[in-house]
Amino acid sequence: MNRTRRQRAVTYLGLSLGLALVAGPFLWTALSSLKPEREIRRDPPTFWPETWTLDNFGELFGRVDLGTAFANSLIIALVLVATNLLFCSMVGYAFAKLSFRGKRLAFGLVLVQLAIPAIVLVVPQFVLIAKLGLVNTFLGIILPTVVAPLGVFMMRQFISDLPDELIDAARVDGARELRIFFRIILPLCGPPLATLGLITFLGAWNNFLWPAVVAQSEDMYTLPVALNILNDFEGTHYNLLVAGSVVVIAPILFLFVLLQRFFVQGIATTGLK
Amino acid sequence: MAVLTRQAPPTQAPVKVRSTLRRSGVGWLFVAPFVVLFAVFYLGPLLVGIGMSFTDMRSTDVADPLAVDVVGVENYLRLMNDAAMRRAAVNTVVFVVTALPLTIGLGLAAAVLLNSGIARLPAAFFRLGYYLPNITSIIGVAVAWKFLLEPQAGLVNRLLELAGIAGPNWLQSESTALPAIIVMTAWRSFGFDMVVLLAALQTIPRELYEAAEVDGAGRWARFHAVTLPALRPVLLFCTVYSSVGFMQFLEEPLVMTGGGPLNSTLSASLAIFDQFGVGNYGYAGAASTVLFTVIVALAVLQLRLGRNR
Repeated sequence: MNRTRRQRAVTYLGLSLGLALVAGPFLWTALSSLKPEREIRRDPPTFWPETWTLDNFGELFGRVDLGTAFANSLIIALVLVATNLLFCSMVGYAFAKLSFRGKRLAFGLVLVQLAIPAIVLVVPQFVLIAKLGLVNTFLGIILPTVVAPLGVFMMRQFISDLPDELIDAARVDGARELRIFFRIILPLCGPPLATLGLITFLGAWNNFLWPAVVAQSEDMYTLPVALNILNDFEGTHYNLLVAGSVVVIAPILFLFVLLQRFFVQGIATTGLK
Repeated sequence: MAVLTRQAPPTQAPVKVRSTLRRSGVGWLFVAPFVVLFAVFYLGPLLVGIGMSFTDMRSTDVADPLAVDVVGVENYLRLMNDAAMRRAAVNTVVFVVTALPLTIGLGLAAAVLLNSGIARLPAAFFRLGYYLPNITSIIGVAVAWKFLLEPQAGLVNRLLELAGIAGPNWLQSESTALPAIIVMTAWRSFGFDMVVLLAALQTIPRELYEAAEVDGAGRWARFHAVTLPALRPVLLFCTVYSSVGFMQFLEEPLVMTGGGPLNSTLSASLAIFDQFGVGNYGYAGAASTVLFTVIVALAVLQLRLGRNR
């Protein structure tokens, strides 16, 4: 009895130490962003701020147009969430429940796209976007990820498990496929759609490489792109950098903690199947 | 045709054939958004990229891509003799070979601790905490760590100072910059492996452990004989998934070191990105093609080895 209790104490100690190591960098960054610049640079530095201030954020927003970058990130993420919810479930439904020639081949393409690394596509995709006249546009940033293969895969897995009788009954009643999809299938897809929406939002919000390539002027930057530019030009002004880091990270942390059960479900279903 | 005959018994052929044909069309209509996008933005560019790698295409040729000269394998030969590219390849290998076991090891350790019979609520709390770095912007995290590792104002060196150790200038020294990035990557990534491994751990029946205990197996022996074999498929998944991701690391050195000092943190992806930035599209295409081939080959090899054993 005594031995298991001691083991348990050691387990909790280890877990807490781990959590301190994981949370430490976030806490340190967040607290630093609320200190005046001279306190950040003081030797030895304080951990807990002596003077609390929002000056860093004020200066940051004066230096780069983070308001616009924030809005851009939000617009792009929300549009991608909408397109992915609609298209991934449509495509997933067809792969799960419709029979058509070449279905296996088409589904193979989903897996192929999952396997192509982003960096490999950057140059030719950029050439394509340039030919289409979409450089420095939202459309250029959004188009390649309008239907993500992972989302198609997820929705197919889920819809496959829905009973065929539902669809057959509707077909007997003479319902068209589009109507069946919107009226019968989609309303049953709440949980995977929630997961897909959150995964898509996260991916779009955090995506750096492609927006950095397509966005060429400050009014088109997304938050990570703007933060990277800030890092290039103000690389030693840590008061601005930590504030910028907080602006990029905090909304996502907030969203995640609020909706985490969908993420865990999502990983359990997509990661393992 | 197979579809038609399977779905349309001859007795009611006329009506059913038409409806099946219509449904086949409907099927393609439903998957069209994906298929069209795949053809235009993935398959096309992938092939064009490979084609480009045999030309001397530069950013100035975008207006008229057909005017470029075919240079054969010249870009590939140049790749082999490019000291920076060779360094990038070595760095990428070192990065994957060290970050991979570190990340999976941390994920496994966390999963085992969380599965060792602690109460539900604290377990959920720790799991959430450990997973957090995974969902944050890599640019945001890299900026935060750059500050963390700053020699004077950074937390790491201050803590080391408390222990009486003079910390190095982590990101400015050739010997510590890459290791620092590796540790940061493991810190950011292990939560994913933890969640996946934990889900697998929870499916191992308790009876197996009890039986092993009856047979006199100690903790380590039980881990070795029961836990590890049961986790094999998931560990394989984590290995393939993480190696594919790690092979492409780019943002961390871009933000924290710019690939320096003296190319000691230059990654393959960052080198390609740099070549793209200076407009050497053909050369960048050749490097991308090599990286792509290596990533696919590595994944296939891991899957083969993992399944056979």
